[in-house]
Amino acid sequence: MANVVDAPDGYAGSGFFATSFDKIIGMARANSIWPLPFATSCCGIEFMATMSPHYDLARFGSERLSFSPRQADLLMVMGTIAKKMGPIVKQVYEQMAEPRWVIAVGACASSGGIFDTYSVLQGIDKVVPVDVYVPGCPPRPEQIIDGICKIQELIKNEPLRRRNSPEYQALLESYNIH
Amino acid sequence: MISVDNAYIVQYLKGHFEKEILNIEEPYGFLTIEVKKEGLIALLVAIKNDSVLHMNFLTDLCGVHYPESPNRELAVVYHLHSFINNVRLRLKVFIPASDPQIPSATAVFDTANWMERETFDFYGILFQGHPNLKRILNVDDMDYHPLLKQYRLEDGTRTDKVDSFFGR
Repeated sequence: MANVVDAPDGYAGSGFFATSFDKIIGMARANSIWPLPFATSCCGIEFMATMSPHYDLARFGSERLSFSPRQADLLMVMGTIAKKMGPIVKQVYEQMAEPRWVIAVGACASSGGIFDTYSVLQGIDKVVPVDVYVPGCPPRPEQIIDGICKIQELIKNEPLRRRNSPEYQALLESYNIH
Repeated sequence: MISVDNAYIVQYLKGHFEKEILNIEEPYGFLTIEVKKEGLIALLVAIKNDSVLHMNFLTDLCGVHYPESPNRELAVVYHLHSFINNVRLRLKVFIPASDPQIPSATAVFDTANWMERETFDFYGILFQGHPNLKRILNVDDMDYHPLLKQYRLEDGTRTDKVDSFFGR
């Protein structure tokens, strides 16, 4: 049988199905994420395995990578981000349209990892807000898939107006993103 | 044909640059000569163009910081290679941290350009006569030279670990 997601809670009857926009749009978004891979080192190699048939991110609706930030939903930062690269991560994030999510894959993207040194950004959350952190050095493809599933849960449960809320605006403001 | 080896290079340099040589050693068979900075460029030109030596390739140029050596805090190290004779030579020049200036080797070897920029970037050594002496690897707005030993290597903005567990 084809892999079909379950319908959200709602009222079903003969010839109609009623539910809320939040749920139906969340379900659609969660199962068609276009990721932008921002791969700088070994975590990027694990991501390549994640995309390949053995692990196959297509099973989660994310086989279509977007190499343009303007069409991407999910920024996947995988690898060490040097301080010189920090503004570029931020620029890519700024070019993405709302709603947008960010996943930090691996120890380096999450916290600088073993590179506790003057030239390396100590976690990408110093320049952009992060939704999910995947630990590991590097994480196995299963862990990256688990991170994507966590993102899917966030997307499914996100209220439609969240991005207009003062809290969200304040979050972006704290990163000096307008 | 003259066989060019370490002994020949020492003999050549003693013959032509006796006054510029401060020290000669051979760690692991690698001829290493400390020279005065005033005579450095003339020496590089001479051994590059010499019809026997042919020291035609600058393999590496880097800096070292020895904070414990008064008036010799900074070193610039040149690794030269003669492709024709397949011999190598290391030159060292020591300069004081209070006046970190040394003539640029860019006029002799084009490849010195980026290596001198890197050495400037990390040690703050000023190469006089360099055509474009600005940072090459670190962020442009960095306000110090990070491999000088008075600066800590770690990043102060790291928040996910407790200092006492890491000896700082």
